[in-house]
Parts: sequence; C-alpha cells; structure tokens
Amino acid sequence: MDVSQYLSVFLDEAKEHLQSLNDNIMTLEQDPENEDCINEIFRSAHSMKGMAGTMGYTRMQNLTHDMEDVFSDVRAGKIKIKSEMIDILLQCLDAIQGYVDNITENQDEGTEEHQNIIKALGDIRNGTLGSGGGDSAPAADAAPAAESSSGDASAPGVDGSSDYRAIRLEPSVRSTLEEAKNQGKKIYGITVHIMESCILKAARGFLVFKGLEEVGEIAVSEPNTQDIEDEKFDFSFSLILISDEPQEKIVEIVKSVSEVEGCDCGEFDLSAAKGPEEKEEAAAEPAPAAPAPGTATPAAVNTPAPAPAAGGGAKKPVGKPVVNRTVRVDIEKLDVLMNLVSELIIAKNSLISAANSSGVSNGNVNEQIEYLESVTTNLHESVMKVRMVPIESVLQKFPRMIRDLNKTLGKKMELTMTGEDTEMDRTVVDEIGDPLMHLIRNSADHGIESAELRAERGKPEVGQIFLHAFQDGNSVVIEVGDDGNGIDAEAVKNKAIEKGVVTAEQAALLTDKQCVELLFHPGFSTAKQVSEISGRGVGLDVVKSKVESLSGEVSVKTKLGEGSTWVIRLPLTLAIIQALMVIVGQEKYAIPLDSIQSIEDVSPADLKLVENREVINLRGSVTPIVRLNEVLDTESTKAPEDDMVVVIARKGDQQVGLVIDELMGQQEIVIKPLGKYTNKCKLISGATILGDGEIALILDTNSIF
Amino acid sequence: MNELRDTSDVGELIQYIVIKIDDEYYGINIKFIDNIVRMQQITRVPKVDDFLKGVINIRGEIVPVMSIRMKMGLEEDVITDKSRIIILKTEAGDLVGIIVDQVNQVLTLDSKNIEKVRYDDKKGKANATFVSGVGHYDGGLVSILDLDAVVSEKEVKEKASNAS
Repeated sequence: MDVSQYLSVFLDEAKEHLQSLNDNIMTLEQDPENEDCINEIFRSAHSMKGMAGTMGYTRMQNLTHDMEDVFSDVRAGKIKIKSEMIDILLQCLDAIQGYVDNITENQDEGTEEHQNIIKALGDIRNGTLGSGGGDSAPAADAAPAAESSSGDASAPGVDGSSDYRAIRLEPSVRSTLEEAKNQGKKIYGITVHIMESCILKAARGFLVFKGLEEVGEIAVSEPNTQDIEDEKFDFSFSLILISDEPQEKIVEIVKSVSEVEGCDCGEFDLSAAKGPEEKEEAAAEPAPAAPAPGTATPAAVNTPAPAPAAGGGAKKPVGKPVVNRTVRVDIEKLDVLMNLVSELIIAKNSLISAANSSGVSNGNVNEQIEYLESVTTNLHESVMKVRMVPIESVLQKFPRMIRDLNKTLGKKMELTMTGEDTEMDRTVVDEIGDPLMHLIRNSADHGIESAELRAERGKPEVGQIFLHAFQDGNSVVIEVGDDGNGIDAEAVKNKAIEKGVVTAEQAALLTDKQCVELLFHPGFSTAKQVSEISGRGVGLDVVKSKVESLSGEVSVKTKLGEGSTWVIRLPLTLAIIQALMVIVGQEKYAIPLDSIQSIEDVSPADLKLVENREVINLRGSVTPIVRLNEVLDTESTKAPEDDMVVVIARKGDQQVGLVIDELMGQQEIVIKPLGKYTNKCKLISGATILGDGEIALILDTNSIF
Repeated sequence: MNELRDTSDVGELIQYIVIKIDDEYYGINIKFIDNIVRMQQITRVPKVDDFLKGVINIRGEIVPVMSIRMKMGLEEDVITDKSRIIILKTEAGDLVGIIVDQVNQVLTLDSKNIEKVRYDDKKGKANATFVSGVGHYDGGLVSILDLDAVVSEKEVKEKASNAS
C-alpha cells in the first residue's frame, strides 16, 4: 500500500510525539517518580513505534521499540529513573529526531542504526535486572509479557489477538444478553481484524460499528467504543451483537468495510462467557489469544504503576491529556481566507466612501454600514485568532537547549519561562524561534559568569536566564535576559573601534546606551573566541534584521555586573493594522498607529537648531523634527509661517517629530506589498487601498530615525 | 518568456498586441498581457528609479507602473487620451504595468515571419536592447518586444546605463 500520502500526517505526529517525549523526559529528570510522565512517555514511544512501523521505517521502529521497552520496565517498577538514563534517553530522542529530519527531507529514514543507543537502552534494562537479585528470573520472564501488554491500559490485545470468545461480561450486560436470548434474538460474537497497513483504524472501526448498529444492537465491545475511536487497539477488536439477522449477513456487513482483513463470527455462548471476577482464570489460559487486561505479570501487580484495570480496559491511565477537537488546516488556506477578509475590508471602506460622496447616506444606510463594519471587524478578528498560535511551540525546545548548554559550557544555569500561552500570528511564531534561540544562547554564553566569578560577586550559584512573553496592547513583547555579567559598554566600544565599525572620534561621543546598540551592527561579535554556542558570525544584527522584517523592534537594557535584558516587541498581526492617514503635499500616507506617540501643533517659533538639526522641546525632551515633504521629495502645501502639525513617532525610547501637512484621521488599513522595483525605497513599507480605490503608501517610521 | 525567442518553430501562429511608443510599433505576445487599462492616477513612490512612475490599483492589487520610454532613453511620456497602461504578467506571476502611447491592433504572426535580431545588430539604437525580433506582415514591420529585458530590474539598469 502506498503510504506516501500519509507522510505529512506521520511527520506532524512524529514531531508532536518527539516534543512530548522531550518535555516529559525533562520533567522526569526533575521528578523521577512522576507516573503520569512515565505513562505519557510510554504512550508516545508506543505510538511512534506503531507509526514508524506502518510507514515502513524499520530503524526508527527498532529504536522506539527499545525505548518503549525501557519504559515498560520503568512502568512496571523494575527500573528506577536515574540521571545517566536521562542522557541516554535524550540521545535516543536526538536519534529519532535525526530519522524524522531525514524523512522530512527525502522520505527516507537514512541508514544510521544507532546501535550504541540501542545497546545503551538494553544495558539500562539488563543492569536493573542484574540488581534485581533473586527476583531477576521472574522479572526477566515478565519483561516480554509486559511488553506485549504494553498498551494494555487502554489497548487490549496489542499483539493483535483480540477474540470475542474472551470478552468478559459485566452482570448488567449479561442480563441484557440473556433477556435478548429469551426474546429469540441471536447473539453473535464478532472479532474484526483490520489490515495492518490500515492508517485510519479508528475510522474503520467506526464504520464496522455503524454498519452493525443498523442491523442490531452492540451489547459490548472490547476495547470499548471510546478506545476504538481513539485508536487504542492494534489490528483487531471484538464485540457482541444482538441481532435478528443471519450470521452471513453480519459477516458481509463487516467485510464490506474496506481494509478489514477478515472477521471471526459465531454465536456467542452465554454460559461459556466469563464474568469480570474470572479474570485471573482468563489470564491463566494458555491461549496466546487471551486478552491482555488483567494479565498483569506478578512484577506489575506489585508495583505502583497503574495496573491495567479489569473490565474491558475501561479505566484510562490518569493524566491523559484531554484531546482538543481540532482540525488541521493548511496555513495557505488561512492565508487565502485572510486575503479575502482583507478584500472585504477594502470593499467595506469603498462602500463607506461611496455612500458619503454620493449623498445617499441617510439613517438606514448608515446603520447598515455600521453593522457591516462591525461584522467585518469581528470577522477579521476571528480569522486573525485562527491564525494565532501560542508561542509555546517555539519555546518548548529551550529548556532542553539550556540543559545541553549547562553541560557544554560547564556553567550552572536555569531557564524560567512565563507567558508560553501568549498567542501570535503563525507566520511570526515560525520566524521568531531563531532570534530567541540566539538571544538565549547569547545569555548563556556571554551573560552568565563562571561559577567562581558568581561566587565572588555574591550571586547564587545557579545562573538565571528568563524569558517572559506577554501581550501589550496591539503588540507582543518577549523579554529574554539573565542575571549575569551585563554588557560592558567600554568593551563594546573598544571592539567596535577595533573592528572599524566606528572611529575612535565617533566612539568618544557615544553614550553608553549607544555603545551597547553597536552590538546590533552587522558582523559584530564580542566573543573573544569563537565558541560553539555563539559567535559564529551570525550576530545580533541577524536578530535585529529578523525582528525588523517582522515589523518589530529589539532593544536591550543592561547593567554591568547585574545582567541584561533583550526586549523584542512584535506586532500582533501583519496584514491589517490601524493607521493614521495623513496628507503630505498632495499625497496621502498611512502611519501605523502603533508607532505614534502623540500629535502636536507646533508653532515655527518653537523650532530650535541643535547641530544644524531642527528640534523642538516637547515636554522636556528634545525631539528632532523631520519635514516629511523633504524626505518624500514633495512640496508642502503650507506656508513656512503656519503652525505645523507634528506627528510624534517613537522607536524604542527614541522619538522623532514628523511634520505633515494635514491629518485625515484614523483608519483600519490592509497592508499590501508594493511589488517589484520599489524595494529601493526604505521609507515605504507597503501600500494600502483606500475606500475610493486610491493608493496610499505606508510610511515605515523606523527608517526615519 | 523564452517562447518569445523560440519562435523559429515553423508555422506557429502567435497573437501580438501592437503598441506604439514614440514613432515605432512594437508587438507584445498576447499571452503575457494580463490587462490593458486607460491612463489613471498613478501614486508616486518616493526615492525609486526614475523610470518607475509609481503604483496603481488593479483589482485590489498594487501594481508598479513604469515608463518604457524612459527605460529606452526617450523623452518623458506625454499623456494623451490614447495613452494606455499595459499590465504584463511576468513568469513569477508579478504584475507590472508599462505606459504606451497607443494600442493599435491585434496581429497574428506566423513564427516563420519573425526574424530574430542578433545582438550585434543593434547599430547603436538604444531601444534595440528591448527587441527580440522583427515581424513581417502585410502592412510592414513590427518589432517584437523582449519582455525579459523590459521587466527585469537588473537588466534594465545595465541597459539603461549602456543606452545613456
């Protein structure tokens, strides 16, 4: 069977499982007794094994299988988690990640067997068996059993050996069946085998149920319906059906579902059926077909690991994450939807201006337009929300990274993160990972001091690195920082001179703050030596340009000896913004509202000259003035002696006054790219279409500073 | 756009829109034309190359418009009521508008009747760099515009500097 069409699903799920494994193993390191974690890891490893097997990636399957074995033992209480184990497990994850990466690239898992890891995993198991002393023999026997009953908490008959004859009946079910039998109905036991190549087992199971429910009543199934829907069974399941139809008809219905390999069907013998109280006996049956639940091995029974519950595996392991009802949607489809919403907003704006100019704006029209406006605004917000994902997906990998850095750098560090649930536009989240990673590495490498220095400075031994994400108005702020050394402005300055970024004369004039900003200069790296962690030439300038390409800004606050904090501020959405519409000369421009501090009326008499630049004194702060008509090569319509309208724009803590000719008002605008040939113009970040179809250019105020 | 040059296939019929720039007639392969619109207000974009006249709104899309005259080193466009903006669709799917003095007719040419222009045949004519061939038809000759040269940003700069 061709499985390539499922590749993307496989990869998505594999990535999710890997992340979950990563997280849980990290948790386990802190809390080795955490049963929820162990169970979760076991389930993830098990699912990955199954998925890899289905897709035919045998090497990946082998590795996950061995990993699953280890956790099967851990779950059974035969092994205790130790920190050496965590290392091996993380290596194992890296190896699996390697497979996944290979598959992503060329649909092939590669040829690396990772024998050393498999061996190490084996050693973990054997080592424990050895130390188990007298118990080692039964434990060894138990191991394969535990393995075969691996998924048993929820998936009986993992080895595909479910059998309707082994279904155990609750007293209530038994009485229902007896009643039906007395009414002359037939009771069938059915075991359905689904092809091993089947991807959507749950769906096939559902179809079988649906088909059978048309001809009768399903009294009981094993595993239960919920587990079947959740795909918690291997390739067969059993059920008992009460029906009037002949056996052939039932078999036909089951077999008509595609990907069903076959089914065993027979009259169910009530008297032979076992009740739940007979489970031990069932387990003792020599037949390998005996259902797994309750077949807990002696080792498993005596442990705190959640022993599989009797009664058709109805009891689910605690801590099972609630599965959200979600639909996977291709991001491109969302882009299309977003574009349509943009068009709608433009159309709405057109309608408003058409109504105004044609003079049809009576009460009713206005009312309808206002209604339309609120609908489009809500629609826009909803679509935007759909595109928003928690930043968590990016942050997840950082704890692991810090853990690894701890070892490679030989420093003790701890990462605290808050606001992982802060949501941002998907495109922004996809892009922001690398800059954040760079900043965290930077903090780890340059920020946190060596243990000796920390002790000398009276700081706690463990260095703190933090990441806080939060929403602030229409933007999201991410702060990354540390309680380390801080940035030495002098060192930066000297380095800058040495690198020829600034001349000594220029440097002498710089404030400390400006010195620190030099770090963002292209090709600047203060690392005295190129280390593995940072200083590979991919400097802070890359962080800056990435953030700016997302229409965000990055700044740094630092205090020498106490630490530094990098602050990234990003817009919530990229496509539709609130803007102030202004007129300069004869032309209309949009200034994003986010970057505007205030609007001032300034008399030309208040203008002062400082170093040949026009400035005004705005409530105590000296603000440079930029005449937009000069920057934009157009003629101002105002006479020099008229009062000036000045839009105060800010970037970080700097501000600048932009002189415009006229204010038009605030408007929701859709940002459109300008297209070819226009990227020479740094002043304009895009364009928008106004209500009357006219184009207004969007000023990028950041480029004016 | 290679098809423009690969017109040596015998007997292939291609439709061209014939436009007038200055005193010369040029043909543009119809398959690269998205739309032809009347002159409309062009929004100027500051600080860009002179030949870029600005941007216009075509069905909600922002489309840059350039003056092919200025690219060819001719004098500034004189906008009359015959002036049109031809919206070209590049291979990458971008739309680019060019201002032409007049749109004349649609011409169907047999590829046999198109003579390729060799690059050493330029004879110092500035606009020759934008021509990929010459088509013969009943009424006379028409130069076939090389849209790669017209649309491509880099080529333009080089050629514009060569021309000037």
